[in-house]
Amino acid sequence: MDSALIPVGVKRCPLWKFALGLAVVGAVLAWGVYAMLLCWIKGLNQTNMNDYYGFALWIWADLAVIALGGGAFFTGFLKYIVGKDELKHIINYAVLIGFICYSSALLILAIDVGQPLRSWFIFWHANVHSMLTEVAFCLSCYFAVLTIEYIPLILENRQLDKVPFFHNLSHNMHGIMAVFAATGAFLSFFHQGSLGGVAGVLFGRPFAFREHIAIWPWTFFLFTWSAAAYGPCFTMLVTWITEKITRKRLVKQSAIELLSKISGWMITTYIIAKIIDTWYWATTTAPAKGYTLADFYTGNSLYGYWILIAELVFGGIIPGLILISPRLRQKSAARVTAIILAVLGVCLNRWVMVLQVMAIPVMTFDHWVLYYPSWQEVATTILPVAYGIILIMISYRYLPVFPNERELNPID
Amino acid sequence: MFPFSFEWIWDLGHMVFHGGLWYALSILGLGMTYCIVKAAIDSAKGNGGHHH
Repeated sequence: MDSALIPVGVKRCPLWKFALGLAVVGAVLAWGVYAMLLCWIKGLNQTNMNDYYGFALWIWADLAVIALGGGAFFTGFLKYIVGKDELKHIINYAVLIGFICYSSALLILAIDVGQPLRSWFIFWHANVHSMLTEVAFCLSCYFAVLTIEYIPLILENRQLDKVPFFHNLSHNMHGIMAVFAATGAFLSFFHQGSLGGVAGVLFGRPFAFREHIAIWPWTFFLFTWSAAAYGPCFTMLVTWITEKITRKRLVKQSAIELLSKISGWMITTYIIAKIIDTWYWATTTAPAKGYTLADFYTGNSLYGYWILIAELVFGGIIPGLILISPRLRQKSAARVTAIILAVLGVCLNRWVMVLQVMAIPVMTFDHWVLYYPSWQEVATTILPVAYGIILIMISYRYLPVFPNERELNPID
Repeated sequence: MFPFSFEWIWDLGHMVFHGGLWYALSILGLGMTYCIVKAAIDSAKGNGGHHH
């Protein structure tokens, strides 16, 4: 029934099957929308946030999806600025995943601010001394960049492409895409960094506070670095999942291997910097404020030394070593294990930098305070996942997301 | 915020933050304007049948 909209030369499942899939994921989406409306109509009392946890599950989810969405800016940077042309085989999907991640981040923020109708205040009544102002500016602008990068893909739909204006618009946008990609890389560098900077400047929170270079704490550079390193792993992970579900090869192996190699070296260099940062913080910065390392990892039921080891070893050293080894990254099982560990590792890092920071006592009368999200927070955090799956399903069915799909999966 | 807003102060913070914002928005706006205008002109000339 919708065969006129499906790209030429590729095979898709029957419409009823597609609609059934949409309905199942749509039910999860509806649950999230219901929770979102509760938060908007009844207020933030629907959450378990309190005076200890002003930043909670939503901010972790925001930081995590922004880091995972870093695959779009870094892949775009590598393709359009550095000239790694091989990545043209995966750039469309990287842009789509980035678009989903950043629109999800903005959606979560729209719920978190409580009064989304006033979200324009941050642009008009900007506090120019806040790193979060810069994050808001860059996030909004970069979402505009991702939308601009996604539009040509929509216009390449089989039917839309027949309209001369849309065809020419798509062609022209491809022509100057390097300008948009460079702007996106500039914006991403600053907002990824500033998200880390927010933690690093908290001088009243010794777990997060770090030494500075000029106005930028180490966490500024570590966050940008980690987003560039781990973001492509998420792109490859979603690609792998899509290939498993569709039972097709969608991206050329050469593009995956190149991205794995670059990501591996980025993770390895990042984790070396992160270990040095952790060592200096544990031996110099924190003791100068009267804390020992044990103060941050003992005396509670959740945050032990295991979380530090998990982040550095399993989320950094192991995936980095696997991906820089040509022999290992060519083996699908090893590569996929590495990218799963990497994705979990960066999510764990963001969790630690948002929620463990809040849990640790800082005053003499304070104690460890753990936080459990309400179901409304969980539902609104799952909401973007359902939205992302739906957008991927629709894009995969109707748009030429994978330029090599026909070649890799010839139809008899 | 613009320089004619009552909250505006001519200091480094406002100039860097808002200068950066307008700079990025200008590039995106000019880039898209160029693409749209050129697409309209190309379409009016009858181009657009080929595939890239």
